[in-house]
Amino acid sequence: MVDQVPLLQTQKLTKTFGSVHALAQVDFNLYAGEVHAVLGENGAGKSTLVKLITGVYHKDDGTILLDGQSIHPQNPHDAQSLGISAVYQEINLVPTLSVAENIYLGHQPTRFGFINMRRVNAQAKALLQTYNLDIDVTRTLSTYSVAIQQIVAIARGIDMSAKVLILDEPTASLDAAEVQMLFKVMRTLTAQGIAIILITHFLDQVYQIADRITVLRNGEKVGEQLVKDLPKRQLISLMLGREFAEIAAAGESVAPPISADAFVQARGLARKGMLQPFDLRIAKGEIVGLAGLLGSGRTEAAQLLFGIVHSDAGEVQVKGQRITLKSPRDAVRHGFALCPEDRKVEGIIPELTVRENIILALQAKQGWFDFLSTARQEAIAQEMITALRIVTPDSSKPVGELSGGNQQKVILARWLAAQPEFLILDEPTRGIDVGAHAEIINIIKRLCSEGLALLVISSELSEVVDYSNRVVVLRDRQKLTELTGDDINETTVMRAIAEK
Amino acid sequence: MVDTKTAFEKAPAPRGFSVARLLRANRKLLFPLAAFLLILLGNWLISPNFFNVRLVEGRLLGSLVDIFNRGAPTVLLAIGMTLVIATKGIDLSVGAVIAICGAVAAVLISETELSPVVVIIISLGAGLLCGLWNGVLVAVFDIQPFIATLILMVVGRGIAQLITEGQIAVFNNPTLEFIGKGVVLGLPFPILLSAFVFILVLVFVRRTAIGLLIESVGSNDRASYYAGIDARAIKLLVYVISGLCAAVAGLIITADIKGADANNAGLWLELDAVLAVVIGGTLLSGGRFYLGLSVIGALIIQSIQTGIFVSGLPPTFNLIVQALVILAILFLQSDDFRRPFARLFQRLRRHS
Ligand SMILES: Nc1ncnc2c1ncn2[C@@H]1O[C@H](COP(=O)(O)OP(=O)(O)OP(=O)(O)O)[C@@H](O)[C@H]1O
Ligand SMILES: [Mg+2]
Repeated sequence: MVDQVPLLQTQKLTKTFGSVHALAQVDFNLYAGEVHAVLGENGAGKSTLVKLITGVYHKDDGTILLDGQSIHPQNPHDAQSLGISAVYQEINLVPTLSVAENIYLGHQPTRFGFINMRRVNAQAKALLQTYNLDIDVTRTLSTYSVAIQQIVAIARGIDMSAKVLILDEPTASLDAAEVQMLFKVMRTLTAQGIAIILITHFLDQVYQIADRITVLRNGEKVGEQLVKDLPKRQLISLMLGREFAEIAAAGESVAPPISADAFVQARGLARKGMLQPFDLRIAKGEIVGLAGLLGSGRTEAAQLLFGIVHSDAGEVQVKGQRITLKSPRDAVRHGFALCPEDRKVEGIIPELTVRENIILALQAKQGWFDFLSTARQEAIAQEMITALRIVTPDSSKPVGELSGGNQQKVILARWLAAQPEFLILDEPTRGIDVGAHAEIINIIKRLCSEGLALLVISSELSEVVDYSNRVVVLRDRQKLTELTGDDINETTVMRAIAEK
Repeated sequence: MVDTKTAFEKAPAPRGFSVARLLRANRKLLFPLAAFLLILLGNWLISPNFFNVRLVEGRLLGSLVDIFNRGAPTVLLAIGMTLVIATKGIDLSVGAVIAICGAVAAVLISETELSPVVVIIISLGAGLLCGLWNGVLVAVFDIQPFIATLILMVVGRGIAQLITEGQIAVFNNPTLEFIGKGVVLGLPFPILLSAFVFILVLVFVRRTAIGLLIESVGSNDRASYYAGIDARAIKLLVYVISGLCAAVAGLIITADIKGADANNAGLWLELDAVLAVVIGGTLLSGGRFYLGLSVIGALIIQSIQTGIFVSGLPPTFNLIVQALVILAILFLQSDDFRRPFARLFQRLRRHS
């Protein structure tokens, strides 16, 4: 299946951003018909590598060869006409266009030179159905959840790929069934001789689908191996440059003392079309997991609790007192915090520095005139950069220039810095590497033992099961059941989610 | 120029001294400043006594003083416009607000017994109301800023005409005239007034969190809202500040000609203000803003106009020259335009 001559090759590929060596002399070999995983920590240079190949960035040095010919893509469009298409980590679609228009933007089927909208819609619908996604393709993209947008982006990329398909963390917001669907499509493509570059932090998925692995660390290539020759432990230490076990062991924590009274309590909280009446109580020190499939109403529950959308029934109480929740500002004032699902749209302020992004929620809480001094800001930022191991040359780098996983850490840092009493995390570890993953979970557990009330939404069941004191299962925008104690394990949760 | 502090801070931690690095770090500051100096130099070449400043009867006279004096209204508008643009907005109504506030002041002073101070306060109040109107349309009703402020831009001159009843309202009042013609410590009062407003706004946004919150809302308003920022209040605030700045500019212009011309006062000045902000490096797409550089942008525009006036070129050239100079400045600021040159330079260096 794997040829001797690489289909796509980079030689000594180098890219620097200011003082940061994002990629240093990387030789990368991609063979026709293979799935090639590119792995490494947050900020290792994975996205930079693919962005150089697709012409989003321009290389400083080195060569890129396609079929033995040197290529110089100036922009993604160039790369596409060479047969290289990509789905980037940050969804890159036009939110105001319809789903169908997004899929065929720039290569619409035409008739007499005019775009034939009926055909566009029909084709788009058929295409998405191969991913078991039956949605109204004429609706604007932004009305759909991140996960659906992600599938649309993938469908678009796959539909256009001729020789090389690049997927940068495509599965970050997909659930298990959707991942399998994607893998099925990927296998069909590789059977046709298309080569796929897969970037992911889910190592299990690598072992399931990939043929070959290239590992990057600090912008340098530290290994290239066939998957079967590289056991997981060895892979992880290659990625981290140190043994992994130490971190995992440190994760054992004492059972948090859970107070008896609810800190936050929702009673019959509902909004038509979004969420059926929903009850929830969380005490200080308690971790409640919210489980369910895509579109089951998890994110909606979080948005109602944080005042982003207004409920039309029910109430929220804090320490037994009913509160009004008209905006996130109200929520923040009562000690709430929400790490949102979509970091690009709802999370980062790209132009502001890492420091400013980290202190933003705290500053907003303090109001306009109680301005945190630069020294104070810097102290908080440094503390967070160290605690969450955010990879950045300094705190004055615009956050938009950080790698995806590090942006995610900055948003988490923003809310930790605001010292909330009730924290809602919507997919907190999305795009975060194996090393940092364990550390972040440790931090979360520690905060809870110090009295934080926590609500976690995560597609990673094993994670939810691992640290939740209770798991609330949602389906079809309705609370189905609540699992406690020994009932919390992957099988029962899975069964509750899927139960008819 | 306290607000360029952020431009300095953004510089990467210096490792060793290098001119190139220093230039790169302060590029934002460099271009408008260099352009301003170049244009002044050009003016000097055209008329050699350009930099001469004489003290006549306790009053400084000269082209340089003139630029700061004549440029005061644009400077004021640019200050308000900077904040509006930083939130991803635009305020097209400021020219019309000048006409309204001028008309209010002129009519009240000539037709009522109100004291000049009260008249000035009412005129400023009119500017505040105009700003509030724009702000409510943008922040509360979520109308696109371009359209929302276009409404007042179109209607505003009509309102001003209603106030002056279609006449050019002239008046005679030394206190009000002082705003346009007064001299303090040898300097024309408009210069001091605009400097005062600049410092006031600068302190108001940079010594509080407001500047940061404006930049945050302009860079990503949805995420800012999620972070607990009252994005609505911030937007309301910047339009109100812009309205107030326009009111002060309106008072200067009215006082200067001792009358309110509803048709022509501040005509097209909103475009000069937008241009000044853009020359100063604040992007129309919102986010980071540079108040001090916007002021320099306004002064650049004024010095081009003064230069052409002094040179004796027919005024018909005015707009063409202005357009060419501004185009050149904007090109120099554009990374896309500079990139090919930068690459050529790199290649040459590698070969040598
Ligand atoms: N546009 C940019 N400007 C400046 N620095 C950048 C830019 N893009 C990336 N970098 C830097 O390059 C390094 C590599 O980033 P890259 O996005 O390739 O990481 P990654 O391996 O994809 O990480 P992640 O797993 O978090 O997505 C990081 O240190 C990042 O800060
Ligand atoms: Mg990445």
